[in-house]
Amino acid sequence: MTWSLDSLSLLLLYSAMSVYTLAFLTFAVDLSRRRAPHPIEQTVATVAIPSATGIPGTGFGGRPTVSSPLEPQQVARGRASRVALALLTLGWLLHLGSTVLRGWDAGRLPWANMYEFSLTGTLIIVAVYLVLLMFTDVRYLGTLVSGLMLVLLGIAAVRYYVPVAPLQPALQSYWLVIHVFVALVATGFFAVAAAISGTQLLRSGKLARTKSAARAFAGLPTPDRLETAAYRLNLVGFILWTFTLIAGAIWAERAWGRYWGWDTKEVWTFIVWVLYAGYIHARATRGWNGTRSAWLGLIGFSAVLFNFGIVNVFFTGLHSYSGL
Amino acid sequence: MRTALLLLLALAVAAVPGSLVPQRSADPNGVSQYFDNNPEIAPILDAVQAFDVYSSAWFSAIYLLLFVSLIGCILPRTKHHLVALRARPPRTPAKLRRMPSYQTAATTHTPERAVAAATTVLRRSGYRVTSYRIGDALSVSAERGYLRETGNLLFHASLVGILIAVGLGAGFGFTGQRVVVEGQSFVNSLASYDSFSPGRFFDVGRLDRYSMTLNAFTVDYEQQNLNSLGTPIDYTADVTVTDTNGDPAVNARVKVNEPLRAASTDVYLLGNGYAPRITVRAPDGTVVFSDDVPFLPQDANLTSLGVVKVPDGLAEQLGLVGFFYPTQDQLTTGAYMSVYPDLTYPVLTLNAYTGDLGIDDGAPKSVYALDTSGLAQLTGGTTGVDSLELKPGETAALPGGLGTVTLDTVKRFASFEVHSDPAQGWALVFSILVVLGLLLSLLIPRRRMWVKAIPTSTGTTLEYAGLARGDDPRLNHAVDALHTAHLAALEKEHQ
Repeated sequence: MTWSLDSLSLLLLYSAMSVYTLAFLTFAVDLSRRRAPHPIEQTVATVAIPSATGIPGTGFGGRPTVSSPLEPQQVARGRASRVALALLTLGWLLHLGSTVLRGWDAGRLPWANMYEFSLTGTLIIVAVYLVLLMFTDVRYLGTLVSGLMLVLLGIAAVRYYVPVAPLQPALQSYWLVIHVFVALVATGFFAVAAAISGTQLLRSGKLARTKSAARAFAGLPTPDRLETAAYRLNLVGFILWTFTLIAGAIWAERAWGRYWGWDTKEVWTFIVWVLYAGYIHARATRGWNGTRSAWLGLIGFSAVLFNFGIVNVFFTGLHSYSGL
Repeated sequence: MRTALLLLLALAVAAVPGSLVPQRSADPNGVSQYFDNNPEIAPILDAVQAFDVYSSAWFSAIYLLLFVSLIGCILPRTKHHLVALRARPPRTPAKLRRMPSYQTAATTHTPERAVAAATTVLRRSGYRVTSYRIGDALSVSAERGYLRETGNLLFHASLVGILIAVGLGAGFGFTGQRVVVEGQSFVNSLASYDSFSPGRFFDVGRLDRYSMTLNAFTVDYEQQNLNSLGTPIDYTADVTVTDTNGDPAVNARVKVNEPLRAASTDVYLLGNGYAPRITVRAPDGTVVFSDDVPFLPQDANLTSLGVVKVPDGLAEQLGLVGFFYPTQDQLTTGAYMSVYPDLTYPVLTLNAYTGDLGIDDGAPKSVYALDTSGLAQLTGGTTGVDSLELKPGETAALPGGLGTVTLDTVKRFASFEVHSDPAQGWALVFSILVVLGLLLSLLIPRRRMWVKAIPTSTGTTLEYAGLARGDDPRLNHAVDALHTAHLAALEKEHQ
């Protein structure tokens, strides 16, 4: 009855996605209620959002402030983010269950085709985020992270799903465990760092200079701090990616008879490495920090996503394990 | 830094086209196909070396410039670092409170004692320590994390090492491919390779003489999982390696992911397929052709395409082109196909052609292709004569009493790649050094710490300050810890 385990895994995945959706909405509510500890003049809100006319808010401006702005909102905000976190954790546990069942059904590690990569990769992104939360308050990232989860898992379930299949001989190697797992963890760090860079751009961009947005963004860390946080995560990601590249080369030597052959996947892994190397150099280059650095980080992460989502499926090469 | 950054970004952008257009090095068939499909664009792309991106002038220019700038950076920094390694930590700044991390405390101890205790505490946590006197104030200046710069230099120097190792490996190594049918052998010599690509400085004399016999080639197929029935799950080539030094023959196994290290070469299992043994006889029964003919797989169920050329012995030169189906089945259109990759219902179909095969003029021709343009077709197609169809052991007569064709047995073949890269080990060593250097340079904090003791009327005012080079999330924590440890050490002395 091998198929029933897999269908249970799918059921858990859809449950996880529903819970992630709720987490996404709750995080969004939390974000919209964020305020500076001391609210900026009462008038700002009423000017910015003519709620009387029924025009919906922009999503950043939030609602018109109620009579006693500080107290109830602080409570509400705390509650919303706590609920959101609980939902995210629950979603992650369901997601974990789905991944474990998939691996159990296949009788191996669950990362041998696109569907399984996506399943495990997204699991690790949330794991990195949850671990990060233990060290520092990054609840403001929840909307971006859970939103990213929904998009990626949605694509995985709809476009990448394939039934459990045995491992082809080229993948039967312990390097599958090392190389792919480290690549997935690196991706997790790059993803959370990209979410921070995205926040940094919102925080420092034109949008943040409008009065209503300035209020909404006041609850977020300063662009400087966001940049530093993204840099540190990308640094860990870069070290892991370097290892991925080298482990991949060692495996390629064993499986294909050469450690480097400019296969499309190798090319893109190299491009990602070079982009993040550039990102790290940018930090020490005058005129290249701030917004430019954030853009570089986002370009790097786009290359990671491209390498995974596009190269695996649409490019011909030796890494054609998508199973599609 | 700006140069390095711009060159890195340029390198990333320059690497992209090589993934969009097939490359001669990785996919030569893809390139010729591209030429067929896009006859207008292909020559233009070829002119800008788009099919050889990674050896193109422009790509090489970028990475060579990058490495020049890299070396231009490493050399002065190494010199500077060597000086710093022997130098005393720098003089204590006059205004410590301007440092990014700063704390004060007061003590009843004399400045001398405070400074002595600070020296001990800092030494114990791995700092290089020296003391300075400025006016009345005594101070300790300490520095740690020299390994950060060492790691940084190691990382960048090892990248240069990798580049050199890659270059040497490509220059002195070689790659060769050879198809071997079960029971056959191949000798590691230039002539016995099907294809051979030597490096620029490769010397034929360096080929170690050994022979390898393929005793058996086994494939396991998935039998349980209905979703992937027939997916190969294991390939094993059992081989015997004999070297010419007179050492006893060694039995070995080559698998995907488990290459055979034979002499100074590595032997990889790259592909496999079927080699039906086909015998052609003249009308009087004389054997004019008999061989295991490797048929090239065309799909996952190993529908395979092959060619037989019989230049002599028959009334006319004979060419046979056909398909081999390990498990034959028929589509509703009547076309044959293979539905399973193992030999459960093997069928060979052949179309016969007669005429000049075009192999007598001395120009080399592929054994896997038959140019039928000048030939007369005898069976199949529009001839109205059915194609020859054979199961193992069967014989069919060629039209016009030309002779007979027999399918004797079906063996498997394996295609091996033999590879030698004398600098491969060096590339690995430098890669490991790259990771090591990276870890050191990114994870070891480089910090300067100062403790200043200023005498006051009631005792001594203590100032603690820290400065980091590069990103250092733990700097404040480190200054805190120094402060606590220092006061604790002074306290202990008191008791």
